[in-house]
Amino acid sequence: MEYVFKILRFDPEEDDEPRFQSYPYETTQPRTLLEALMEIRNEQDPSLSFRYSCREAVCGSCGMVIDGQIGLACKTQLADLRGPAILIEPLPNLEIEKDLIVDLGPFWEALEKVRPYLIAGERPEGGYRIQDSEAEELFQYAGCILCGCCYSACPVTALRKEYLGPAALAKLHRFRLDSRDTRTAEDVRVAASEGGLWACRSILRCNSVCPKQVSPAQGISGLRRRWFLDRIRRLFRFKVR
Amino acid sequence: MIREDVVIVGGGLAGLAAALSSDPKLSVGVISKVHPLRSHSVGAQGGINAALGNNPDGRDDTWERHAYDTIKGSDFLADQDAVEMMCRLAPPTIFELEHLGVPFSRFPEGVIAQRPFGGAGFPRACYAADRTGLVLLHTLYENCLRRGVKFHEEWLVVRLVVKDSCAVGLVVLDVASGRLFPVGARAIIFATGGYGRVYKRTTNCFINHGSGIGLAYRASVPLKDMEFVQFHPTSLYPRNILISEAARGEGGFLVNRKGERFMADYAPSAMELAPRDVVARAIQTEIDKGNGFEGQYVHLDLRHLGSAKITKRLPGIREICVQFAHLDPVEDLLPIQPAQHYSMGGIDVDASCATRVQGFYAAGECACVSVHGANRLGGNSLLDTVVFGKIAGQEASRHARESGDPGDTELPLRDAESQCRDQIARWRERPSGERVHRLLDRLKVIMSDGVGIFREEAELAKALQAIRGLRGAYEEAWLGSSNPRYCQELVNLIEFAAMLDLAEVIALGALHRKETRGSHCRRDHRERDDREGCRHTLVALVDGEPQLSYRDATVTRYPPEARKY
Repeated sequence: MEYVFKILRFDPEEDDEPRFQSYPYETTQPRTLLEALMEIRNEQDPSLSFRYSCREAVCGSCGMVIDGQIGLACKTQLADLRGPAILIEPLPNLEIEKDLIVDLGPFWEALEKVRPYLIAGERPEGGYRIQDSEAEELFQYAGCILCGCCYSACPVTALRKEYLGPAALAKLHRFRLDSRDTRTAEDVRVAASEGGLWACRSILRCNSVCPKQVSPAQGISGLRRRWFLDRIRRLFRFKVR
Repeated sequence: MIREDVVIVGGGLAGLAAALSSDPKLSVGVISKVHPLRSHSVGAQGGINAALGNNPDGRDDTWERHAYDTIKGSDFLADQDAVEMMCRLAPPTIFELEHLGVPFSRFPEGVIAQRPFGGAGFPRACYAADRTGLVLLHTLYENCLRRGVKFHEEWLVVRLVVKDSCAVGLVVLDVASGRLFPVGARAIIFATGGYGRVYKRTTNCFINHGSGIGLAYRASVPLKDMEFVQFHPTSLYPRNILISEAARGEGGFLVNRKGERFMADYAPSAMELAPRDVVARAIQTEIDKGNGFEGQYVHLDLRHLGSAKITKRLPGIREICVQFAHLDPVEDLLPIQPAQHYSMGGIDVDASCATRVQGFYAAGECACVSVHGANRLGGNSLLDTVVFGKIAGQEASRHARESGDPGDTELPLRDAESQCRDQIARWRERPSGERVHRLLDRLKVIMSDGVGIFREEAELAKALQAIRGLRGAYEEAWLGSSNPRYCQELVNLIEFAAMLDLAEVIALGALHRKETRGSHCRRDHRERDDREGCRHTLVALVDGEPQLSYRDATVTRYPPEARKY
């Protein structure tokens, strides 16, 4: 099968603006996009830059735009693309560092704002007792690989700088679901409202681009549901966790 | 010049565990060639061992049983005092991880779930479905954020600088800019992982070049037991993506082309849950006998586990099979073959993670304590990373606090920096020459053909000669890219020097170990030799040449016995 890759090239330290460069590529074997990019880099253009590591969709390095769709290069099979022309661009709404490599800085900063770690209380001797159903519910969100695809795809993060984005809010929900976590409803309210829990417009691009079926938007609506419950409980002066 | 009290190289589990245990009063920096969450630890699937006794079939489990299984699994080469320490620390380590936020899978009564794993007398692998490495790595990373640990991402360490047997710093390549600079440190921890990519077939990440081990070797730190290379029995054909031992722990069968559960011929009582060296050899033997399929694989059958169990306990495996092989384990047989997976050997350290060089420590896969001996049990590597990573952080902090004034370290660091700079300039100025990916392809063929699962003298000698021959080609290497920014070719070219060294040390150790022990299987020396073989191989660079020596393994209370499963 013969392809022509059109890959966005840009080095902000050298170039005035991005351009597309074409690379012919031929293979008789089934190839992933990442494998093809590596072959192109090795055989045609060693200056082509992109991130990668695990090649099995678990490390979150190789998010990019593939024929207009955001996804991971390593889990994209060439055979599943229309071809023969394949358009490759870096993740949108982030600064390009070089070629397909973007600065994920804003994504990591947003993550840090939700305090993305367990704020544990007492440490029971012999470990915690947690229902397996709770662990299973957590797994959906704990399975997030922080690739940044959802953040990059979200039209709201593109417009509103203060919006934390889907992955960070889903992470907050992951800790909200965790019975070991002691953060109060007030903590969540502050983090979430300043970070725009209500800014999400339910466009759901985060769910559709997520390579790991995390469905971050579900996490956001989960946080909102808890927020309402907390409000109601407070109205009736119930004790709030 | 950048200076830290403690510099940790590597952002995988061992590196992050070290960062978390480092003295918060010291300045600590973690250097990683990728973002920490992109480290290979994230790919670990099946579990982490600890004798918690939570499984109904494992109520009588004890840390002593864990130690015995580990030592027997190691084919009696592990240092038994170190194994005992690790296994004793395992249960509190699990509770500590739980306290840090790891979401483990649970049994109905709410305790941490545990599943059977290869070579283990009781089900003792704690897990989070089949994404154990992912949740561990993310949890430790999250806690590093909480602690405000300083990360230097996409920095490649290119030199470990030692002055008068003291580690004084590193030379670093900032991959983003392509600039070289020195980093001074009072203590340095390597947690740089394994070297799987010197083999054609490996479960390792694309980035696992093992250059950390090679840098230590070049800085005159001996490497230990490098001939012991673990081949994981079940990697998914043809990309060799890991299919966790958990698949067999949950009840998966191995079947050959004739539909036979052939493990009955190799490990009649443990069957599919024999240790990895035994199962990998069995699979390779079946393939070599013609009982495999074209493409050199056999089948892993999970269909009888049923959709519910596969979805709940092995969701990641199912996802991998569907995405990368268009097969659904609920309905299809999975083509699997052995692939390089883990290095039992590594930088020679003692149980406090210290090396022969003052102020230089190592932990995790890049280090060899040795707790895995000649063959590591599944579920023990995650444990190793967390237990010894923590020790390394504490020990390096102590050294940084207590060590005296190292004198002028700027000069040797600047010297090393300019040597590295000259080397890169030579690669760049050449008008043409050898390309690094071709060199790497050649090395992979040599290692896979000559230093694989089965070994013998003539093949090992030939491989060793071929590896040494590649050195000449590497001298002629050429850097094709003129843009130094985010230049992976440059990274690969730098790391290839280490890969050559490691390949040589692996082949040399294998050539001189004239016995079969654990993962090291000599066709021309079929038996284990307890008189000569119960000792660690040490290879050190002396005057530019590898020099072999040996050190007896430590035995506490488990004398070598026949290894039957």
